[in-house]
Amino acid sequence: MGVTSKLGNLGVVTTTLDTAINWGRTGAMWPLLFGLACCAIEYMSTQASNYDLSRFGMELNRATPRQADLLIVSGRVTRKMAPVVRQLYDQMASPKWVISMGDCASCGGVYNNYAVVQGVDEIIPVDVYVAGCPPRPEQLLDGIVMLHEKVRRETIKEWA
Amino acid sequence: MAVAEQVSKWEGSIDDLRGLVSERALTGETMLLNMGPHHPSTHGVLRLLLELDGEEIVTCLPDVGYLHTGIEKTIESKRYEQGVPLTDRMDYLSPMSNNMAFCMAIEKLVDLDVPERAQVIRVMLLEMSRIASHLVWLGTHALDLGAMSVFLYAFRERERILTMFEMLAGQRMMGSYFRPGGVWRDLTPDFLPTLEGFLDIFLAKVDDYELLLTNNPIWIDRTQGIGTIEPEQALAWGVSGPGLRGSGVNWDIRKAIPYSGYEQYDFEVPLGEHGDVFDRYLVRIQEMRESHKIIRQAIKKLETAKGGFRSDDRKFVPPPRSALGQSMESVIHHFKLWTEGFPAPDEEVFVSIESPRGEIGCYLHGDGGPKPRRVHFKTPSFMHISSLPVITKGYMLADLVAIASSMDVVLGDCDR
Repeated sequence: MGVTSKLGNLGVVTTTLDTAINWGRTGAMWPLLFGLACCAIEYMSTQASNYDLSRFGMELNRATPRQADLLIVSGRVTRKMAPVVRQLYDQMASPKWVISMGDCASCGGVYNNYAVVQGVDEIIPVDVYVAGCPPRPEQLLDGIVMLHEKVRRETIKEWA
Repeated sequence: MAVAEQVSKWEGSIDDLRGLVSERALTGETMLLNMGPHHPSTHGVLRLLLELDGEEIVTCLPDVGYLHTGIEKTIESKRYEQGVPLTDRMDYLSPMSNNMAFCMAIEKLVDLDVPERAQVIRVMLLEMSRIASHLVWLGTHALDLGAMSVFLYAFRERERILTMFEMLAGQRMMGSYFRPGGVWRDLTPDFLPTLEGFLDIFLAKVDDYELLLTNNPIWIDRTQGIGTIEPEQALAWGVSGPGLRGSGVNWDIRKAIPYSGYEQYDFEVPLGEHGDVFDRYLVRIQEMRESHKIIRQAIKKLETAKGGFRSDDRKFVPPPRSALGQSMESVIHHFKLWTEGFPAPDEEVFVSIESPRGEIGCYLHGDGGPKPRRVHFKTPSFMHISSLPVITKGYMLADLVAIASSMDVVLGDCDR
């Protein structure tokens, strides 16, 4: 009785290990609770009621990098902050992914000067770049969906 | 050496800290704790070095500069009008206030008049961004103290304001809508009906927030009597805005040194009594209601306001696109303004306005050419962070989160 009688005989489902693991990785990808500048406010908007990031299983922001899968670099990375960002990335457990959110994080944006790192990819590897200053929540969601597609193509050998 | 090991983690030798922390920290009696720059409740990349006696804060040493972007220096290499988009990104919760301070400084430097209609539009948008900024503050402040749902409600209303900004400027946050001599474009036809719709529901929403928090016993326990700052102390540390008014000091630049026609509006300046976290919360809630009142008056004023949305002084303001095909003079003005910019005299000016956080001052020094010699912003968040050691002394570590967020610090505003 119970749920089995409602569902009927479902039989056996076969899949590959890669598909099953990637299904899990994309279905609950926990981001690091990490904000740098203006883009962090749009990231908060993405999490809030109107855009509702929990649709993607990402409502749970982890404050510690040990428990996070995804680093969203939201804002300008300054020279003083760069070692901290690198350390946070190093402290994250594999598998881990990085979204560079906004123009400043992607290429320095309008700040071509002494203080700003010209793109966070100078210090950590980036999977998806999201353009905009700051990007709209829809743009960030597009970047996240794009990252999910990328993760689905990965095999476990790459991280093993 | 336990202490030496601890201190080495702060990237400074123990001698650097001698004199900053108490003698007890050097013997290991009290604990040094690093908070930030990556910490969920510091509202940005603020780093605090704390000396703790048990859970009690003995010393709090703020370390700022993790978001130093060199905005002031970059503006020096741009022409006056090109500087406006950079100012957006200082205090990113209320970009319009930064635009306003910078544009007012330019207007004062080159003696440019702003038409009445443009002034009314500016007041309307400044008050809208005050509401938007206070909503972010309310949501994150409540989130820091464990009240999750207020965040979702506050951001729901903020989205409506951002949609209206997008109607006008084409961008949700960084619109760069204010320009020297007025605003970029006139209001779009669907803007005012949308704004009216928002104003109709907004006061009820503020009541909802209050229903969730003001009489909530947990909220009261966490905020009342916490982070008290005396009026004299607040003035001595340069605290401004709701932080100062929460201590009962009646200082609002909109009333004291009116700009953009604020003297024509009827509104109250809400004041606190005790200067604690709770009073600062009440002041901001009340300010949202007062902003609502000002916007209502501005809409009414818009019907009779004279002039266009931007000055007609063609030495400083480019002609409309439609005029380019009709007059040679317009083409010349357009060409001159977009290739050379306008020169400003070799003089210095200072203006200050009331941003949602407090007093934003803009110091501008022209050099006779189209680029400024020096730009400097006096920002409220910097003052508020420097006052944290005084306010937090003697309170518990958990209260630090409440105090820091009640001062409404934005690190982009502080570090620039």
